[in-house]
Amino acid sequence: MTIGLGHYLVVAACLFTLGIFGIFLNRKNVIVILLSIELMLLAVNINLVAFSHFNGDLVGQVFALFVLTVAAAESAIGLAIMVVYFRNRGSIAVEDINMMKG
Amino acid sequence: MASALFFYLFAVLAVVAGASVILTKNPVHAVLFLILAFFNAAGLFVLLQAEFLAMLLVIVYVGAVAVLFLFVVMMLDVDFAELKAGFIKNAKIGALIGGIVLVELIALFGYRGFTVSPVMNPSAPIPASITNTRALGEILYTQYVYYFQGAGLILLVAMIGAIVLTLKHRQGVKRQSISAQVARGPATGLEVVKVPSGGSVIPPAVKHPEAAE
Repeated sequence: MTIGLGHYLVVAACLFTLGIFGIFLNRKNVIVILLSIELMLLAVNINLVAFSHFNGDLVGQVFALFVLTVAAAESAIGLAIMVVYFRNRGSIAVEDINMMKG
Repeated sequence: MASALFFYLFAVLAVVAGASVILTKNPVHAVLFLILAFFNAAGLFVLLQAEFLAMLLVIVYVGAVAVLFLFVVMMLDVDFAELKAGFIKNAKIGALIGGIVLVELIALFGYRGFTVSPVMNPSAPIPASITNTRALGEILYTQYVYYFQGAGLILLVAMIGAIVLTLKHRQGVKRQSISAQVARGPATGLEVVKVPSGGSVIPPAVKHPEAAE
């Protein structure tokens, strides 16, 4: 049996759904929310590379490269914000983030 | 046949690792499962003949980003058991929304079937004779060079932002001031004190302008 585009898309859909599910499941834990976002970006990359392969077009891989770049920058900034927040408040629970509420 | 076998191996392991990321109690284990998911996704990329992206995923993601996550998780002293409260309550709405998205996505693929025929005029057709890395480089450094520079700029901004955010300048710590040491000359380094006979004098501490701030 041959593995087609649909197989890869289903794997990516499962990973993306797990990312969404993880954000809802761990609503208090910023670390797991960041990990879930990484999971969703990974699913997007699998989609891009699968379409690139089955369409015979290299641009999908170029775009996946840029998605990787932005994801790395996002996680670095997110972790830096989390470290500063933990230093100020001593907690990383999401519901404690209310200092800017009027 | 072998490629189908490896596809199912990598796909099942990636999905299982992804589920473990969100379900495990210990965040260190969650990061390690994320690394496993990235490795299996890299395997899928190799099956898709995107070797450069696969190696990039292993080196950049597992080597840098996941290790950064590990550092932060281990550095922060957080009571993770307390953060798990409300797990079951959130699971219902999460399963509802996640299930809706999954059903929609899979129904879309199943309905369309996605028997994609290759595009007639691909903007960058995959060349058969050269390696994936070289093909990617040949269009990345020519056709997409501005985007490439922009990506570098994004990483630079992220680096500066992370440093500025986390750099803590503690007060009350004695530091070496090289410029003050170099600028020290006979006029500032030597002080003649006239001691009255029978008395004593405690010379005042020399104030450096750099040390004062």
